[in-house]
Amino acid sequence: MTFSPELEARFAKLLKSYPPGRTRSAVVPMLLYAQDEVGCVSQELIEEVARRCGVTTLQVDEVIGYYSMLHRKPLGKYHVQVCTNIACQALGGEELYEHASRTLGLGNKEATPDGLISLEEVECMGACSWAPAIQINYDFHHLVTPERFDRLIEALRDGSYGKKAS
Amino acid sequence: MRYNEPSPLEVRVISQRFDLPNSASIDTYLANEGYVAIKKALDMTPEAIIEELKRSSLRGRGGAGFPTGMKWSFVPRNTGKPTYVICNSDESEPGTCKDRLLMENDPHQLIEGMMIAAWTIKSNKGYIFIRGEYRYLIEIVDRAIAEAYERGYLGKNLFGSGWDFDLYTHTGAGAYECGEESALLESLEGRRGVPRLKPPFPAVVGAFQSPTILNNCETFASVPVIIRNGGIWFAELGTPRNGGTRLVCVSGHVNKPGVYELPMGFPVMRLINEVCGGMRNGKKLKAVIPGGSSAPVLRAEECENLPYDYDSLAKLKTMAGSGGLVVLDEDTDIVAVALRTIKFYAHESCGWCIPCREGTTWLKKILTRFHEGGGQKSDIDLIGDLADNMLGRTFCALGDAAAMPTTGFITKFRDEFEAYLKKSQTTAPVPELVNI
Repeated sequence: MTFSPELEARFAKLLKSYPPGRTRSAVVPMLLYAQDEVGCVSQELIEEVARRCGVTTLQVDEVIGYYSMLHRKPLGKYHVQVCTNIACQALGGEELYEHASRTLGLGNKEATPDGLISLEEVECMGACSWAPAIQINYDFHHLVTPERFDRLIEALRDGSYGKKAS
Repeated sequence: MRYNEPSPLEVRVISQRFDLPNSASIDTYLANEGYVAIKKALDMTPEAIIEELKRSSLRGRGGAGFPTGMKWSFVPRNTGKPTYVICNSDESEPGTCKDRLLMENDPHQLIEGMMIAAWTIKSNKGYIFIRGEYRYLIEIVDRAIAEAYERGYLGKNLFGSGWDFDLYTHTGAGAYECGEESALLESLEGRRGVPRLKPPFPAVVGAFQSPTILNNCETFASVPVIIRNGGIWFAELGTPRNGGTRLVCVSGHVNKPGVYELPMGFPVMRLINEVCGGMRNGKKLKAVIPGGSSAPVLRAEECENLPYDYDSLAKLKTMAGSGGLVVLDEDTDIVAVALRTIKFYAHESCGWCIPCREGTTWLKKILTRFHEGGGQKSDIDLIGDLADNMLGRTFCALGDAAAMPTTGFITKFRDEFEAYLKKSQTTAPVPELVNI
C-alpha cells in the first residue's frame, strides 16, 4: 500500500519509538493513523501493518474488535459522535442524540447513502464541563444545542464546515 | 484554551500558565519558571526527590489516590533492565476533562514532571499514552516534545549529566479499560487492553517487562512545582495527607460548570454555590457523583460541610477519584442515571473477567427493564446482590468501578427505585429480561 509522505514519516517515527524488538507496539497507532487516511481498516491494511511491524496478520486482526475507534467498514466523511454519558445526559445529551438520529435519518453507526455523514452514540469524550458535547471527526464542539447541531450539519453539507471551526 | 471562565476562588498552581499567550510554547514555559525543577533535581539524589514527594503528600490524580512518592520508591534499582516512565493521559472516566487542559495549555510542565521521574530512576525512555479521541492533543504534545529536543531539554547527555532521555506520544484507539495501568501497558505493547494479574505491580514489572513509573498526567504535572517550591509548601496548600491543589471538573446542573484548580479540602457546597455560581434555574440539589462515574453517589445532605479530598470522601464510602463531580438537581431521574452508568461499564468491560463481563451485562438488563417500567419487587435486592458479587472478584478495578456506583444508587436512592415499582404496577406488559 502507498500512503502520503506525512503518514510515511509518522510510521517511520513510530517504528523508532519503541525499544528494540518491540515494533508490535506500533500496531494500534499505525492502524488508527492509517484509517484516518484510507477510511477504514481493510484486509489489505491489516496485512500491510503486520508486515511493517513484523507481526502476524492475526496479531493485528485481534486488536481491531477491541478498540472502538477502529472500523472495518468506512464511516462517513464526517463522523458525528454524540456523547450521552452522565455529564452530557444531565444537560440533554440523550435528547441531542435523538435529535441527531431523527434529523439525519440515521441509527447508531449508520452513514448517509452519499457517505457524507455517519452518526455514533459515544461514551464520555472528556468534555464533561462543557456538555453536551459532540465530536465531528476529531473536532470537539461544546455546549451543543439542537439548533447549533443543525447549523453544524448544514455546514457539513454545504462545504463550509471547518472554515470557521468552533 | 480554558473553555470556561476562571474563578477568583481558584488557587492556580499547576494551571498558573493556562491563560498566558502561547502557553503551550517552550518560550512561555521557560519565561515562567519552566525547566527550573529538573535542573534542581539533577543535583538531588533519587532518595531526596522521593522524600520531597512524600513530604508533599501528592496522591495519584487518576483515581486511586495512591501516594506518588511511595509509588516511585517501589521501583527497584540496578536490576540490569531498562526502566520506563509512562504517563496515563487516557482520561476516560466519565465526568473528567482536566488532563486535556494540562496537555493543551501547558505540555512542557508535563514533560518536565516526567523528566524528573525519569531522572529519579535513571530511565532513558518515556511514553505519553493519550486517548485516541484527543488527536489534537497529540499534535500539541508532539510539537512541545520537538521543541524540547531542539532546545536540549530532551535527548542525549542532558545538561551535561551523561543521562539521556527520549520521550514519545502513543495514541490509544478508544477503550476506557486502557486507563487501568496494566491494561494501558498491554495496549502500549500492541495488544488488546486487558488487565494483568497483580502483583507484580508495574513498578517492578511494567512496560516491556521492566520496572516502570506510571502516573496520571496531572500527577506528573504537579511534580515540577513540588521540586521547585518544596514538598512542605505543596502539602500546606491542602489538608493533612491530601497535599496540594487539584483540577476539579464540575459538570451537570450548576450555573458555571467548568474545570477549576482548588486546594484539597475545598468544601463541596462552596464549590457548587460560589465557584460554580449555584444550581441552575434555582433548583434544589439532589445528588453529587463526586469523583467520576465510578464513585458512589452522595445525597445532597451528605455534601454539607464536606471537604473535597481523598480521606473525607473515603469516610463516606465514596471517593474523590479522578476529580470529576457531576452535580444533579431535584428533577434528575436517578434510575436513568444508574442505567446510563451501567450501560457505560457494560460497553467498556473488556470481557476478561467473568464477574465483570456477565455482571455488567445483567445489571444493564435488569436496570433497563426497571427503567422501562417493568421492574419487579425483587429487582432492587437482586441489583445489590449482583453488584456485591462483582466487588473484588476481577483482575482490575473496572468490575468494582461498575459495582460501587450501582450499589450507591440503590442504597442512597432506594426510595426512588421503590417509587418506580409503584408506577410499573399500573403498566401492562413486563418486558422479558432475556430479550433486552
